[in-house]
Amino acid sequence: MSIEHRDDTGARFGMWLFLYTEVILFSGLFLLYAMALAKFPNDFSNASHRLNIYFGTVNTLVLLTSSLSIAMAVTALQRGRTKLTLILCGTTVFLGIVFLINKYFEWSAEIGHGIYPGSHHLAEQAPGVAAFFNLYFFTLGLHGLHVVIGGTLITVVAIMTAKGKVTSERYTLLENTALYWHLVDLIWIFLFPLYYLIL
Amino acid sequence: MSEQKHEPVPFRTFIQVWICLLILTVTTVIVSRIHLGPWNIWAALGIASLKSSLVIFFFMHLRHEMRLFKIGLLVLLVIVAIFIGVTFFDVLYR
Repeated sequence: MSIEHRDDTGARFGMWLFLYTEVILFSGLFLLYAMALAKFPNDFSNASHRLNIYFGTVNTLVLLTSSLSIAMAVTALQRGRTKLTLILCGTTVFLGIVFLINKYFEWSAEIGHGIYPGSHHLAEQAPGVAAFFNLYFFTLGLHGLHVVIGGTLITVVAIMTAKGKVTSERYTLLENTALYWHLVDLIWIFLFPLYYLIL
Repeated sequence: MSEQKHEPVPFRTFIQVWICLLILTVTTVIVSRIHLGPWNIWAALGIASLKSSLVIFFFMHLRHEMRLFKIGLLVLLVIVAIFIGVTFFDVLYR
Protein backbone atom coordinates (compact mmCIF):
# COMPACT_ATOMS: atom_id res chain seq x y z
CA MET A 1 0.00 0.00 0.00
CA SER A 2 2.59 2.53 -1.00
CA ILE A 3 0.43 4.43 -3.46
CA GLU A 4 -2.95 5.56 -2.24
CA HIS A 5 -5.50 6.97 -4.59
CA ARG A 6 -7.89 9.49 -3.12
CA ASP A 7 -10.40 11.92 -4.55
CA ASP A 8 -11.95 13.86 -1.72
CA THR A 9 -13.85 16.28 -3.94
CA GLY A 10 -15.25 13.36 -5.94
CA ALA A 11 -16.29 11.62 -2.71
CA ARG A 12 -18.05 14.77 -1.56
CA PHE A 13 -19.79 15.25 -4.88
CA GLY A 14 -20.93 11.61 -4.73
CA MET A 15 -22.50 12.34 -1.34
CA TRP A 16 -24.25 15.41 -2.75
CA LEU A 17 -25.62 13.32 -5.63
CA PHE A 18 -27.00 10.84 -3.12
CA LEU A 19 -28.55 13.67 -1.13
CA TYR A 20 -30.26 14.96 -4.29
CA THR A 21 -31.96 11.56 -4.63
CA GLU A 22 -33.03 11.79 -0.99
CA VAL A 23 -34.65 15.14 -1.71
CA ILE A 24 -36.46 13.58 -4.68
CA LEU A 25 -37.71 10.81 -2.35
CA PHE A 26 -39.13 13.33 0.11
CA SER A 27 -40.42 15.65 -2.61
CA GLY A 28 -42.80 12.85 -3.64
CA LEU A 29 -44.29 13.05 -0.16
CA PHE A 30 -44.36 16.86 -0.26
CA LEU A 31 -46.21 16.59 -3.56
CA LEU A 32 -48.81 14.26 -2.01
CA TYR A 33 -49.13 16.70 0.87
CA ALA A 34 -49.62 19.68 -1.47
CA MET A 35 -52.29 17.87 -3.49
CA ALA A 36 -54.19 16.78 -0.37
CA LEU A 37 -53.91 20.30 1.06
CA ALA A 38 -55.35 21.77 -2.14
CA LYS A 39 -58.23 19.27 -1.95
CA PHE A 40 -59.01 19.48 1.80
CA PRO A 41 -57.74 22.85 3.07
CA ASN A 42 -60.15 23.02 6.04
CA ASP A 43 -59.67 19.42 7.15
CA PHE A 44 -55.92 19.93 6.99
CA SER A 45 -55.96 22.96 9.24
CA ASN A 46 -58.32 21.19 11.70
CA ALA A 47 -56.02 18.18 11.80
CA SER A 48 -52.89 20.33 12.12
CA HIS A 49 -54.41 22.03 15.17
CA ARG A 50 -54.48 18.67 16.93
CA LEU A 51 -50.69 18.39 16.74
CA ASN A 52 -48.75 19.72 19.68
CA ILE A 53 -46.83 22.76 18.47
CA TYR A 54 -44.48 22.62 21.48
CA PHE A 55 -43.12 19.22 20.48
CA GLY A 56 -42.59 20.48 16.94
CA THR A 57 -40.86 23.70 17.99
CA VAL A 58 -38.62 22.04 20.59
CA ASN A 59 -37.63 19.38 18.05
CA THR A 60 -36.81 22.09 15.50
CA LEU A 61 -34.50 23.81 17.98
CA VAL A 62 -32.92 20.47 18.93
CA LEU A 63 -32.21 19.54 15.29
CA LEU A 64 -30.84 23.00 14.40
CA THR A 65 -28.49 22.79 17.38
CA SER A 66 -27.36 19.29 16.39
CA SER A 67 -26.61 20.62 12.90
CA LEU A 68 -24.44 23.29 14.52
CA SER A 69 -22.53 20.75 16.59
CA ILE A 70 -21.78 18.44 13.65
CA ALA A 71 -20.72 21.40 11.46
CA MET A 72 -18.36 22.46 14.26
CA ALA A 73 -17.09 18.87 14.54
CA VAL A 74 -15.82 19.07 10.93
CA THR A 75 -13.95 22.31 11.66
CA ALA A 76 -12.54 20.83 14.89
CA LEU A 77 -11.21 17.79 13.01
CA GLN A 78 -9.75 19.97 10.23
CA ARG A 79 -7.84 21.82 12.95
CA GLY A 80 -6.67 18.51 14.37
CA ARG A 81 -8.57 18.78 17.65
CA THR A 82 -9.63 15.15 17.89
CA LYS A 83 -10.99 15.26 21.43
CA LEU A 84 -13.22 18.24 20.65
CA THR A 85 -14.40 16.47 17.49
CA LEU A 86 -15.46 13.46 19.57
CA ILE A 87 -17.29 15.68 22.08
CA LEU A 88 -19.14 17.48 19.25
CA CYS A 89 -20.06 14.18 17.54
CA GLY A 90 -21.32 12.91 20.89
CA THR A 91 -23.39 16.08 21.35
CA THR A 92 -24.94 15.58 17.91
CA VAL A 93 -25.87 11.95 18.60
CA PHE A 94 -27.23 12.95 22.01
CA LEU A 95 -29.43 15.65 20.44
CA GLY A 96 -30.60 13.14 17.83
CA ILE A 97 -31.67 10.84 20.67
CA VAL A 98 -33.44 13.75 22.41
CA PHE A 99 -35.30 14.35 19.14
CA LEU A 100 -36.40 10.71 18.99
CA ILE A 101 -37.45 10.66 22.67
CA ASN A 102 -39.61 13.74 22.03
CA LYS A 103 -41.08 12.00 19.00
CA TYR A 104 -41.81 8.92 21.14
CA PHE A 105 -43.80 10.94 23.67
CA GLU A 106 -45.58 12.88 20.94
CA TRP A 107 -46.60 9.76 19.04
CA SER A 108 -47.56 7.92 22.26
CA ALA A 109 -49.97 10.74 23.11
CA GLU A 110 -51.47 10.71 19.62
CA ILE A 111 -51.80 6.94 19.47
CA GLY A 112 -53.35 7.12 22.97
CA HIS A 113 -56.00 9.42 21.51
CA GLY A 114 -56.72 6.85 18.81
CA ILE A 115 -54.85 8.75 16.11
CA TYR A 116 -52.80 6.31 14.04
CA PRO A 117 -53.08 5.02 10.46
CA GLY A 118 -56.02 2.66 10.09
CA SER A 119 -57.62 3.51 13.47
CA HIS A 120 -61.41 3.53 13.95
CA HIS A 121 -61.19 7.05 15.35
CA LEU A 122 -59.63 8.36 12.12
CA ALA A 123 -62.06 6.41 9.95
CA GLU A 124 -64.92 8.35 11.57
CA GLN A 125 -63.26 11.71 10.85
CA ALA A 126 -63.49 13.77 7.68
CA PRO A 127 -61.45 12.26 4.80
CA GLY A 128 -58.98 15.15 4.84
CA VAL A 129 -58.18 14.57 8.53
CA ALA A 130 -57.39 10.92 7.90
CA ALA A 131 -55.29 11.91 4.86
CA PHE A 132 -53.37 14.43 6.96
CA PHE A 133 -52.55 11.95 9.72
CA ASN A 134 -51.63 9.14 7.34
CA LEU A 135 -49.18 11.47 5.60
CA TYR A 136 -47.99 12.78 8.96
CA PHE A 137 -47.12 9.33 10.30
CA PHE A 138 -45.51 8.18 7.05
CA THR A 139 -43.44 11.30 6.32
CA LEU A 140 -42.31 11.93 9.89
CA GLY A 141 -41.67 8.22 10.34
CA LEU A 142 -39.42 8.22 7.27
CA HIS A 143 -37.67 11.31 8.62
CA GLY A 144 -37.25 9.60 12.01
CA LEU A 145 -35.64 6.64 10.24
CA HIS A 146 -33.16 9.07 8.70
CA VAL A 147 -32.37 10.42 12.17
CA VAL A 148 -31.60 6.87 13.34
CA ILE A 149 -29.39 6.19 10.30
CA GLY A 150 -27.60 9.55 10.66
CA GLY A 151 -26.97 8.99 14.37
CA THR A 152 -25.57 5.51 13.66
CA LEU A 153 -23.25 6.87 10.94
CA ILE A 154 -21.95 9.61 13.24
CA THR A 155 -21.30 7.06 15.99
CA VAL A 156 -19.33 4.83 13.58
CA VAL A 157 -17.28 7.77 12.24
CA ALA A 158 -16.62 8.99 15.79
CA ILE A 159 -15.24 5.55 16.70
CA MET A 160 -13.06 5.63 13.57
CA THR A 161 -11.85 9.09 14.57
CA ALA A 162 -10.97 7.86 18.05
CA LYS A 163 -9.00 4.99 16.47
CA GLY A 164 -7.15 7.42 14.20
CA LYS A 165 -8.66 6.21 10.93
CA VAL A 166 -10.35 9.55 10.32
CA THR A 167 -7.88 12.37 10.90
CA SER A 168 -7.25 16.02 10.12
CA GLU A 169 -5.53 14.80 6.94
CA ARG A 170 -8.42 12.62 5.77
CA TYR A 171 -11.68 13.83 7.14
CA THR A 172 -14.00 13.33 4.14
CA LEU A 173 -15.86 10.53 5.90
CA LEU A 174 -16.82 12.87 8.74
CA GLU A 175 -17.64 15.62 6.23
CA ASN A 176 -19.98 13.34 4.25
CA THR A 177 -21.64 12.07 7.41
CA ALA A 178 -22.16 15.68 8.47
CA LEU A 179 -23.73 16.40 5.06
CA TYR A 180 -26.19 13.57 5.65
CA TRP A 181 -27.07 14.94 9.08
CA HIS A 182 -27.63 18.43 7.62
CA LEU A 183 -30.02 16.89 5.09
CA VAL A 184 -32.04 15.44 7.99
CA ASP A 185 -32.18 18.95 9.40
CA LEU A 186 -33.11 20.47 6.02
CA ILE A 187 -36.06 18.13 5.57
CA TRP A 188 -37.30 18.89 9.06
CA ILE A 189 -37.09 22.64 8.29
CA PHE A 190 -39.86 22.04 5.72
CA LEU A 191 -41.82 19.36 7.61
CA PHE A 192 -42.16 21.53 10.71
CA PRO A 193 -44.14 24.46 9.19
CA LEU A 194 -46.14 22.22 6.86
CA TYR A 195 -47.40 19.84 9.54
CA TYR A 196 -47.38 21.92 12.72
CA LEU A 197 -47.87 25.51 11.67
CA ILE A 198 -50.47 25.73 8.89
CA LEU A 199 -53.68 27.29 10.08
CA MET B 1 -11.59 15.96 -10.16
CA SER B 2 -8.97 18.43 -9.07
CA GLU B 3 -8.16 18.33 -5.39
CA GLN B 4 -9.40 21.23 -3.39
CA LYS B 5 -8.67 21.68 0.29
CA HIS B 6 -11.16 23.54 2.41
CA GLU B 7 -10.09 26.09 4.90
CA PRO B 8 -11.80 25.25 8.19
CA VAL B 9 -14.85 27.47 8.67
CA PRO B 10 -14.45 29.33 11.99
CA PHE B 11 -16.80 28.32 14.85
CA ARG B 12 -17.96 31.93 15.07
CA THR B 13 -19.51 31.78 11.56
CA PHE B 14 -21.40 28.62 12.44
CA ILE B 15 -22.68 30.08 15.71
CA GLN B 16 -23.88 33.25 13.93
CA VAL B 17 -25.74 31.13 11.37
CA TRP B 18 -27.25 29.03 14.18
CA ILE B 19 -28.51 32.18 15.96
CA CYS B 20 -30.11 33.35 12.68
CA LEU B 21 -31.76 29.93 12.35
CA LEU B 22 -33.17 30.13 15.89
CA ILE B 23 -34.52 33.64 15.26
CA LEU B 24 -36.15 32.49 11.99
CA THR B 25 -37.72 29.51 13.79
CA VAL B 26 -39.29 31.79 16.40
CA THR B 27 -40.41 34.14 13.59
CA THR B 28 -42.10 31.37 11.63
CA VAL B 29 -44.00 30.19 14.74
CA ILE B 30 -45.16 33.75 15.50
CA VAL B 31 -46.17 34.45 11.87
CA SER B 32 -48.15 31.20 11.77
CA ARG B 33 -50.28 32.41 14.73
CA ILE B 34 -51.40 35.49 12.73
CA HIS B 35 -54.26 34.90 10.32
CA LEU B 36 -53.11 35.80 6.82
CA GLY B 37 -55.23 33.32 4.87
CA PRO B 38 -53.33 31.64 2.04
CA TRP B 39 -50.34 33.89 2.75
CA ASN B 40 -49.63 31.83 5.86
CA ILE B 41 -48.43 28.91 3.78
CA TRP B 42 -46.29 31.14 1.54
CA ALA B 43 -44.77 32.90 4.56
CA ALA B 44 -43.99 29.50 6.15
CA LEU B 45 -42.42 28.20 2.93
CA GLY B 46 -40.48 31.45 2.41
CA ILE B 47 -38.96 31.32 5.89
CA ALA B 48 -38.23 27.59 5.47
CA SER B 49 -36.44 28.33 2.18
CA LEU B 50 -34.38 31.04 3.86
CA LYS B 51 -33.46 28.67 6.70
CA SER B 52 -32.55 25.88 4.31
CA SER B 53 -30.34 28.23 2.25
CA LEU B 54 -28.44 29.11 5.43
CA VAL B 55 -27.95 25.40 6.22
CA ILE B 56 -26.91 24.54 2.65
CA PHE B 57 -24.50 27.42 2.07
CA PHE B 58 -22.90 27.61 5.51
CA PHE B 59 -23.29 24.32 7.42
CA MET B 60 -22.95 22.22 4.26
CA HIS B 61 -20.08 24.40 2.93
CA LEU B 62 -21.73 24.90 -0.47
CA ARG B 63 -20.37 28.46 -0.42
CA HIS B 64 -16.83 27.05 -0.73
CA GLU B 65 -17.58 24.24 -3.20
CA MET B 66 -16.89 24.19 -6.93
CA ARG B 67 -19.49 25.46 -9.37
CA LEU B 68 -20.48 21.86 -10.25
CA PHE B 69 -22.04 21.42 -6.78
CA LYS B 70 -24.12 24.58 -7.17
CA ILE B 71 -25.29 23.63 -10.66
CA GLY B 72 -26.29 20.22 -9.26
CA LEU B 73 -28.46 21.88 -6.62
CA LEU B 74 -30.04 24.17 -9.21
CA VAL B 75 -30.82 21.20 -11.49
CA LEU B 76 -32.39 19.39 -8.52
CA LEU B 77 -34.60 22.36 -7.67
CA VAL B 78 -35.70 22.72 -11.31
CA ILE B 79 -36.58 18.99 -11.45
CA VAL B 80 -38.62 19.24 -8.24
CA ALA B 81 -40.37 22.38 -9.52
CA ILE B 82 -41.27 20.59 -12.77
CA PHE B 83 -42.61 17.60 -10.79
CA ILE B 84 -44.83 19.78 -8.67
CA GLY B 85 -45.82 22.19 -11.45
CA VAL B 86 -46.84 19.51 -13.93
CA THR B 87 -48.73 17.54 -11.28
CA PHE B 88 -50.70 20.61 -10.24
CA PHE B 89 -51.41 21.44 -13.86
CA ASP B 90 -53.22 18.10 -13.96
CA VAL B 91 -54.85 18.21 -10.51
CA LEU B 92 -56.17 21.79 -10.66
CA TYR B 93 -57.67 21.65 -14.17
CA ARG B 94 -59.33 18.25 -14.07
